[in-house]
Amino acid sequence: MTDRNDPGAFDPGRDPSPAPVGGVPAPQSEPLLSVQGLEKHFPITKGVLRRTVGAVRAVDGIDFEVYKGETLGLVGESGCGKSTTGRLLTRLLEPTNGKIIFEGRDISHLGQGKLRPMRRDMQMIFQDPFSSLNPRHTVGTIVGAPLRIQGVKTEHGIKRAVQDLLKLVGLNPEHYNRYPHEFSGGQRQRIGIARTLALRPKMIVADEPVSALDVSIQAQVVNLLDDLQTDFGLTYVFIAHDLSVVRHISNRVAVMYLGKVVEIADRDTLYVSPRHPYTVALLSAVPVPDPRRRDRAQRERVLLTGDVPSPIDPPSGCRFRTRCWKAQEICATEEPPLVPRLDDPVSHQTACHFPVVEGEAVAGRKPAGANA
Amino acid sequence: MTQSVTQPFLEVKDLKVHFNTDDGVVRSVDGLTFGLERGRTLGIVGESGSGKSVTSLGIMGIYNKRNADVTGEIWLDGQELVNASPESVRKLRGNKLAMIFQDPLSAMHPYYSVGKQIIEAYQVHHNVSNQVARKHAVDMLGRVGIPQPERRVDDYPHQFSGGMRQRAMIAMALVNDPQLLIADEPTTALDVTVQAQILDLMHTLQEEFNSALIVITHDLGVVAELADDVLVMYGGRCVEFGSATTIFDRPEHPYTWGLLGSMPRMDRPNLERLVPIPGLPPSLINLPTGCHFHPRCAYEPRTGGLGSTVTPELTRAGGTNHLVRCHLPTEERQRIWAQEVKPKLEAS
Repeated sequence: MTDRNDPGAFDPGRDPSPAPVGGVPAPQSEPLLSVQGLEKHFPITKGVLRRTVGAVRAVDGIDFEVYKGETLGLVGESGCGKSTTGRLLTRLLEPTNGKIIFEGRDISHLGQGKLRPMRRDMQMIFQDPFSSLNPRHTVGTIVGAPLRIQGVKTEHGIKRAVQDLLKLVGLNPEHYNRYPHEFSGGQRQRIGIARTLALRPKMIVADEPVSALDVSIQAQVVNLLDDLQTDFGLTYVFIAHDLSVVRHISNRVAVMYLGKVVEIADRDTLYVSPRHPYTVALLSAVPVPDPRRRDRAQRERVLLTGDVPSPIDPPSGCRFRTRCWKAQEICATEEPPLVPRLDDPVSHQTACHFPVVEGEAVAGRKPAGANA
Repeated sequence: MTQSVTQPFLEVKDLKVHFNTDDGVVRSVDGLTFGLERGRTLGIVGESGSGKSVTSLGIMGIYNKRNADVTGEIWLDGQELVNASPESVRKLRGNKLAMIFQDPLSAMHPYYSVGKQIIEAYQVHHNVSNQVARKHAVDMLGRVGIPQPERRVDDYPHQFSGGMRQRAMIAMALVNDPQLLIADEPTTALDVTVQAQILDLMHTLQEEFNSALIVITHDLGVVAELADDVLVMYGGRCVEFGSATTIFDRPEHPYTWGLLGSMPRMDRPNLERLVPIPGLPPSLINLPTGCHFHPRCAYEPRTGGLGSTVTPELTRAGGTNHLVRCHLPTEERQRIWAQEVKPKLEAS
């Protein structure tokens, strides 16, 4: 795509992690990040005294692990808590409850001072390349900021390090002194990526990194993220609502609904044999770019009725039951745990009392089975 | 596009929309020609700045005459719109031609109830009492799938969810039974499950109303789902036109190949790598000479220097009613697609 220099040429004084082989890591390998019962409730206040009258339960008890060198995709619709999760993982937010363990260390409630050294290892790419770059700073200042803040010693000075980074993400190093407004959306997203790479992090949380970009630019950035992962052995948590992009980039995928993880599995399993009715509906809703499949796609589509309930007062039991065609009494009283269902391996977990079986007739449509 | 004797229901001939700015003339739409029949759907695809939205504003006649320079002809059911008086276009707008906007929250007035806005749209073109218009509004809301329409009709836009708001917007557009409906990115702001509901609704409604529909979008999935014909725009011009099956199965323009290669597809085995288009979309003030796409085109060297100097014409291509703006000969394009591009997109 663009000429990228040898990754070894840029070195802010740390060894690059070895690149993973084959993509999917062995599940028994030590998790880089582990999340246990994570909750984030935003209080709703009222009146002059700011009395707490309720809480938006944005993330309401989720557990998952992220393994070294893999990409975990986090998908869901707006308001499902995926962005809040991303901000919790990078500790831009402090969790209400639960634990975030990064490299064996509990970082859930560390203060700013103690967090700072951790920030070298986990960085974030933001969705909007227009608001995530300071318009008054030059590209050089923006990309060099992490190096300055962390006091990293660079061999040939910060300017050189920044220029190497710009080259790495496919930008012209001579644009060091330009301002963000002089760049297009895709180029700005590359600046944001260069900034996250400055400290050679182990893990990058990317929150909708390509959804603000045009299709052709989106593909360029996705390929760039792919290359960087191979070159630097990065671990990604990739948050997106676009299921096709998530399928392309992830090794494992977690589906969120109303503050909960409803299903988690490795990519191919999830896309070929989804178990949770919500995952089935979500996958069937993606428009297929093939006009000859139009009729079939429409026939097989699960049209959910209604809207996502409010996270202030989520439904009892299973949160999806209000829109689920399989819901029964137990769904309202008992919350289904996230465990392997039917004959699934441990890596495929579903939070549903009545998981969807392959080939099952789904909500008035012909047998599913070919959801891929 | 169709050079038949009978004029199509909507015919756009050499439409140009230029904006005069301090930096120069922005050629948003630069000579667009197409036709559309009732009951058919045309999908206009392109990236930001390709001129797809400006085309719709041009057809609707909603531009500022002081800085927009609109030329060409737009014939709607035998009536010309570009040179018509503002008064006569106003009579058509909202009546014979209607539009669905991308963001229903900013397209609706926050101070008026949804019902009131629909009633107003109806009464502008129909001399009826409030009761009759209100009954009509409730009926319309029911038809677009809003539950308890007689109660929700008095709600304000902020009380509706995103999907409901888009439904209300569609109700408002359809209240006068328009013959031409333009939907500009109708589902871009919506979640995928809601998008599926809205696409389904648009499909049913079009069959019911038998209107001509123009869907403007950057999402090829949405186009494949709705459109009969597809028009691909780049730098203010049509670069390829054809039936949906032609465009997706046998595209002949390198830009269309690029769009297809940029998009991860869930109905195919996962690609190891996407095949993006290098470079950036052009600035509409300073368009490249010759073929607008030539700086990003991998096949430009094969045109023998024509690409950067001569503007290619929109000419007949392989498929039926298939037009492509490219210097390469048809056989060469078909060969490149079949042997060089397609295998890359389908390999796992």
